[in-house]
Amino acid sequence: MSTAREEILQRVRTAIGTQAPEEPVQREYRQAGTLSEEAKIDLFIDRLHDYNAEVYRCAAGEEAVTIAEALTARGKKRILIPPGFPAALLPTGPDFVRDTALDYRDIDATEGALTCATAAIAMTGSLILTHSATEGRRALTLIPDYHLCVVYTNQLFETVPEGLRALGGRRTSPVTTIAGPSATADIEMTRVKGVHGPRVLDVIVVAAG
Amino acid sequence: MSIRVGESAQAATFPKAAKKLLQNTQLRRNVRRATDTIRGKRAKVVDEMPDWQALRTAAQQIKKRTLRNLDSYLVQFEKACAEAGGKVHWARDADEANAIVVGIIQSHNQKEVIKVKTMTSDETRLNHALEAAGISPYETDLADLIIQLGNDKPSHIVVPALHKNKSEIRQIFMEQMGLKELGHAPEDLAGAARNFLRERFLRVKVGFSGANFAVAETGSVCVVESEGNGRMCVTLPDVLITMFGVEKIVPTFDDLEVFLQLLPRSATGERMNPYNSIWTGVTPGDGPKEFHVILLDNGRTKVLADEESRETLHCIRCAACLNACPVYRQTGGHAYGSIYSGPIGAILTPQLQGMQHSTTLPYASSLCGACYEVCPVKINIPEILIHLRRKIVESGGAALTERMGMAVAGYTLADSGRLGTAQKLVQLGRQPLDAIGLPGWSAARDLPEIPKQTFREWWKSSRGGK
Repeated sequence: MSTAREEILQRVRTAIGTQAPEEPVQREYRQAGTLSEEAKIDLFIDRLHDYNAEVYRCAAGEEAVTIAEALTARGKKRILIPPGFPAALLPTGPDFVRDTALDYRDIDATEGALTCATAAIAMTGSLILTHSATEGRRALTLIPDYHLCVVYTNQLFETVPEGLRALGGRRTSPVTTIAGPSATADIEMTRVKGVHGPRVLDVIVVAAG
Repeated sequence: MSIRVGESAQAATFPKAAKKLLQNTQLRRNVRRATDTIRGKRAKVVDEMPDWQALRTAAQQIKKRTLRNLDSYLVQFEKACAEAGGKVHWARDADEANAIVVGIIQSHNQKEVIKVKTMTSDETRLNHALEAAGISPYETDLADLIIQLGNDKPSHIVVPALHKNKSEIRQIFMEQMGLKELGHAPEDLAGAARNFLRERFLRVKVGFSGANFAVAETGSVCVVESEGNGRMCVTLPDVLITMFGVEKIVPTFDDLEVFLQLLPRSATGERMNPYNSIWTGVTPGDGPKEFHVILLDNGRTKVLADEESRETLHCIRCAACLNACPVYRQTGGHAYGSIYSGPIGAILTPQLQGMQHSTTLPYASSLCGACYEVCPVKINIPEILIHLRRKIVESGGAALTERMGMAVAGYTLADSGRLGTAQKLVQLGRQPLDAIGLPGWSAARDLPEIPKQTFREWWKSSRGGK
């Protein structure tokens, strides 16, 4: 008796006949963006506002002040940070808990998470996380009800192809793309913002120095 | 072999089921409102894409390429996934797939599994098999939760509970979650689901998911979702089982850039869905420690073997064709007797399940072509419907009256004298025909008015005849 693997592969081969030369794929869709730097940033911010995200802009070096401002506005005092989040970016005041090997229930008990990102896409308002040391493991930005993300303008791309290709070797790390807080339209097609993932997402856009 | 598409083999025929559902005005109102909303949103976000047609073409070509060399891509995926720490299983049919899932869960002595919306598991009736083995499956997608708690059936591929309105959903939640009070707003209902499921997400050790795409080049798997329940299911449990049909493979990671643009705009009318999770095998210190993939055939290689309808397997389950279909918009999804409803269901179910079980489905269409126009991967559904109708007729599946009628029509139309005589006869025969009807034909159709004068008579009596 042949194994399921052998049998399925044999069925496929019988179904398609002899191997054909690769079918051509024409990639005539838009790959590279065309917007100016400032227009691209404006588009990104506009898309984020679409999702009710609060957006802050600051210059390089002003991250700590801006992080403090964002957390104060949301009344957050105790925030999780990934193991490699740069200490230089942290303001004094809020209590930052570094995620070493916290239990999921401990994460559930925190007020939110603060992370960096790998890339961002202006057209869709997406943040892309590859869960490096500055972004934290996936649970960190999933279980808490609040996510504050710091993204630099040199990480921002206009189109989806540009954003995904920017991942390079990081593409086989876990990848999460985030476009706004979790949402559902399952009830009468009414968009409800916030179901299981963080219900509030804020973004700090830092002008790369 | 136990190829199965949910309970479709036992379902009532489309005309029978549709006739009954059309009486349900509440359901028709719910379906109409929901599909109108998605259609409007889709049109808006598709219109803003100047390269939409180029994306469709690329997607169609990528799918063609995949299927044409599917064996190589499956083997490539298997190798890459295994190298990254995943374990790949193969399942010829529904029973084999279910047995693999049950086996994995039992080997860890677990009694519960959290699930993110997976059409293939509805196909194999996995929940039924799990329950039979004493394992509790928990659906976590809001709509699937509504269906599971309400002991109902899905009626739409993307929004399975679209036939329910919010007061019906509120009723189900209050009863099944044991809530004494619950607000009426969608936000309140979503909040109730969040509270109800949070404890399960944190407790349950096994997760189960489907996949929207699987990348042969890297062995990566991609799940597209909105609520965050998918991220919970693929991240928090110790053991993750992901099952998908063999056609879900794409050759390269870069191919995702095409589908991740087409799918959200087509499915929910969003520029991008809130979350995409892409993972490759196991990552130490992040997420499940054990990862299983089940590659499911369950009839797909049969579809692959028919060159004229092979492109049915291009489908990315966006459901744009359901929302666009004038038939679906009247009947809703339950009439199709399958978890796959609407135009794509009308071609997919009969091919997977076997034509003998669903001979009426390829006729559940006016062939208007709206489905083809909105399909993000350019499946020519009307052509495949006609192809399947031909197969049904050839295998003797069509009604005797229809086959006889077609034979008589062929004889009559072949000779102009016969046609003229026939036209006169029809004028004389209309009255008795109205009285008896054409069995199996006039049940769902009105007979057309017969003109008082045939075209030939008019031609003779007018200037054309001089």
